[in-house]
Amino acid sequence: MPLEDYTIVIGLEVHAELATDSKLFCGCSTSFGSEANTQICPRCLGLPGTLPVLNKKAVEYAVRAGLALDCKINKFSKFDRKNYFYPDLSKAYQISQYDQPICEHGHVEFYVGGEKKVVGITRIHLEEEAGKSIHSGTSISDSDFSLEDYNRSGIPLIEIVSEPDIRSPEEARIYMETLRSILRYIGVSDCKMEEGSLRCDANISLMPKGATVFGTRTEIKNMNSFRAVQKALEYEAERHAKLLDSGEKIVQETRTWDDNLGITLSMRSKEEAHDYRYFPEPDLVPVILEDEFVTDIKNSLPELPAEKFRRYLEEFGLPEYDAELITADRDLAEYFEAVVAIYNKDYKAVSNWIMGEFMRLMNEQGIEVGEVKIKPEDFAAMLKLMDEGVISSKIAKVVFEEMFNTGKEPKTIVGEKGLVQISDSSAIEQIVADVIKDNPGPVAEYLGGKDKVLGFLVGQVMKLSKGKANPQMANEFLKKALAELSKNQ
Amino acid sequence: MDILKKSVLELRELLDKGEISSREIVQAYIDRIEKTEPKLNSFVTLTFEEALKDADRADEMIRNKTHTTLTGIPIALKDNISTYHVKTTCSSKMLENYRPPFDATVVELIKQAGMPILGKTNMDEFAMGSSTETSYFGPTKNPWNLEYVPGGSSGGSAASVAAKQAPLALGTDTGGSIRQPAAFTGIVGIKPTYGLVSRYGVVPFASSLDQVGPFARTVAESAALLSLIAQYDKYDSTSLNNPRPDYLRSLEKDVKGLRVGVPKEFFIDGLDAEVEQAVRKAVKALEDQGAEIVDIELPHSDKALATYYIVATAECSSNLARFDGVRFGHRSENTKDSVTMFKHTRAEGFGPEVKRRIMLGTYALSAGYYDAYYLKALKVRRLIKEDFDKAFTKVDVIITPTTPSTAFKFGEKVQDPIAMYLSDVFTTTANLAGIPALSMPAGLSSNNLPIGVQIIAPSLAEEVMLSTAYSIEKALGSIGLPELEV
Repeated sequence: MPLEDYTIVIGLEVHAELATDSKLFCGCSTSFGSEANTQICPRCLGLPGTLPVLNKKAVEYAVRAGLALDCKINKFSKFDRKNYFYPDLSKAYQISQYDQPICEHGHVEFYVGGEKKVVGITRIHLEEEAGKSIHSGTSISDSDFSLEDYNRSGIPLIEIVSEPDIRSPEEARIYMETLRSILRYIGVSDCKMEEGSLRCDANISLMPKGATVFGTRTEIKNMNSFRAVQKALEYEAERHAKLLDSGEKIVQETRTWDDNLGITLSMRSKEEAHDYRYFPEPDLVPVILEDEFVTDIKNSLPELPAEKFRRYLEEFGLPEYDAELITADRDLAEYFEAVVAIYNKDYKAVSNWIMGEFMRLMNEQGIEVGEVKIKPEDFAAMLKLMDEGVISSKIAKVVFEEMFNTGKEPKTIVGEKGLVQISDSSAIEQIVADVIKDNPGPVAEYLGGKDKVLGFLVGQVMKLSKGKANPQMANEFLKKALAELSKNQ
Repeated sequence: MDILKKSVLELRELLDKGEISSREIVQAYIDRIEKTEPKLNSFVTLTFEEALKDADRADEMIRNKTHTTLTGIPIALKDNISTYHVKTTCSSKMLENYRPPFDATVVELIKQAGMPILGKTNMDEFAMGSSTETSYFGPTKNPWNLEYVPGGSSGGSAASVAAKQAPLALGTDTGGSIRQPAAFTGIVGIKPTYGLVSRYGVVPFASSLDQVGPFARTVAESAALLSLIAQYDKYDSTSLNNPRPDYLRSLEKDVKGLRVGVPKEFFIDGLDAEVEQAVRKAVKALEDQGAEIVDIELPHSDKALATYYIVATAECSSNLARFDGVRFGHRSENTKDSVTMFKHTRAEGFGPEVKRRIMLGTYALSAGYYDAYYLKALKVRRLIKEDFDKAFTKVDVIITPTTPSTAFKFGEKVQDPIAMYLSDVFTTTANLAGIPALSMPAGLSSNNLPIGVQIIAPSLAEEVMLSTAYSIEKALGSIGLPELEV
């Protein structure tokens, strides 16, 4: 049967690196991109006899994430050792949380095609990163040697485990994007999938529509972008459906996503799965949270994207699309709010400019909101210049781009480049007269009843005025002049 | 003046009066080590040159009056305690050439106090064993009789103090590794309350059981060293942050009215008659000084050894996983890829006892066995602790034999792991309960081997443990030190 006749069941395990200055159990820096093995010490190298000391900031960030995802914060949690051998794992065990994580039972809300979706959060736990293997070849199997960089070893992570509530690959992607948005809002992670500070493993299974028992699941790893999450799950869902249709069984296994080939490949079967031999970490004491600690964090949480979204609909009357797009990024939303705090005449106009030119230029130049040179007050000033008829909307785009590149005030740019709109009647009358003289063909067509030609003639006026003619006036004057012509015929 | 015969406190006085220098003391011990070491093999690494420099610095401190109780007094360190740029081998091929880039916290304290370090002492490989026979560098001999083991795992530290190669030494005790060799070599050894002494930089065997502790010839000297090393350490999350008394000052407290518990479970079949007699004599000595002797029960004691060997091996299987040849220590030449590197490095680097315990611990933590072994062991561990909690509502200290017998001969038990493990039968309970315990000499057997008596106290009650020991020491008198033929 076709894929549409199956219910897809997906659960995600998302890893987010916490944006603390120092590592989870030692004082080493967590900054990204430094020379290999320059941010290490005996502790994160796992030298014998060294002991972990818990970074309080990381606990705070995990609690912050838990509160933002509506979790119950466990007043008592503890650390456990997850044992496995890998060259990048300096102690040959990862300090993680097994049966008593710091946060449990939360949920996250988002919209899929206008429909509200709620996904349960099973748990959030704190753990440490491993180092990074660098292979001499393209992969470990064709390498003569591998090198290890332990700069990443010990960076704090939270693992956010969802309930199997996700019902489509698209939902999975939007869930990830929503998590990123929330985690960035609350400042606990920069969530850069390309730098690996946000990663996810996905569990997926299929069952016939209406069934209540989940099918056999597979786990997919190595999806390095939001797009890849959706693509990999789409591929895997199709693969499951085909196998089930042909009467074959799904093998419970871990598979890896090959982004180039666009397929998933088997990594290891259930039988080959690791036995991590978890046991309580004897080198750490349990984490006991005081009520005040949790309350203080709760009080310091910013307005979250979902609340902001609702407020943008009510307070600014923005369409859902605009509100969702702008509130997805805290910096962008704060920028929007800074502009509308000064310019409150037309919220939708601000939204249009932000979603249009502002984001286009940001994407083109590959920069973030924080790096944009336009001050919110200059953004507002430019809109006012438009309202006052000093510049046309067309000129405004030129001015805006210049503001974006130079950070100059709009008035300065308009003055420097002589971009003031021509609103002088005699000047426009002269241009209109020239256009009518130079375009006898179209003029004749208009007079013959083809009203549409007017647009072309207005365009000619704008062209001749180098875009500076006030468009309303150009339109009006042109109509008037043509009416005169018609009368005189 | 025979420097070697002077106690640490006598040396302190002589140093303070300027009648002797630290350099002279250190030189006397170096001479002694050079003479006796070929017979004993107490040390893995000797650091004489550095020790003499440290002695000069100590003499400077004494001249400047910036010294403390142990300034200028030399010490030997068990070779699982990390020393900056000085080999820390754990008596294993795995770490044969490993030089830590940092000092353990206890080593920092020793250096700050101006104590010259004579060398690193031999031990059972990774502290796994009760005789030092599992050392990669060969066994240490018992200075009382060279045919006998000195006990273990801190056998080198114990032998060095008993043989006057060092006035003081540090060992580590996970299930009796300080107290058992102290008993076998006729000296004082202390396993402090878990969390009293920092474990930072001490290569772990079983993290929830390991403690560093002193060896000395007498109770007072051991108390002086304990006072130095018992400091809170923010780099050890299990370090207790409580006020630390000067243990030397607590010794004179008399035992009148002291309630002394004698648990019947420690006087079992298989307990050597001479050992029992010596312990009874120590108990009698306390009674004679006005202590009240109380028969008590520690009903889960017979489960302690099994519990210990599950908890300790489980933790060690994880603690020793990092010896994989990637970053430090031995790496096999016979390596194709990461998996063969792990396998061959570990097959070559570890001795049989270490491998046995790693396998036992791995098994105990494995899926399907965890509940039956590890989890059950944790439950019994709690019961053992509750036994002590209950007992300590009735008594102030508990007295037992340290070991069921005196030292055994080389080769006698090394082929029979269970027999070897049984020598820890009386010592593991204190580690499981996290409480302090001390072993001190209580006499000599008919074949001239020392007998140890153990004093166990409640958590952080080191002071009453020490004053009890001091009273026994005064009453019984010294057994002396062995006449080692050189």
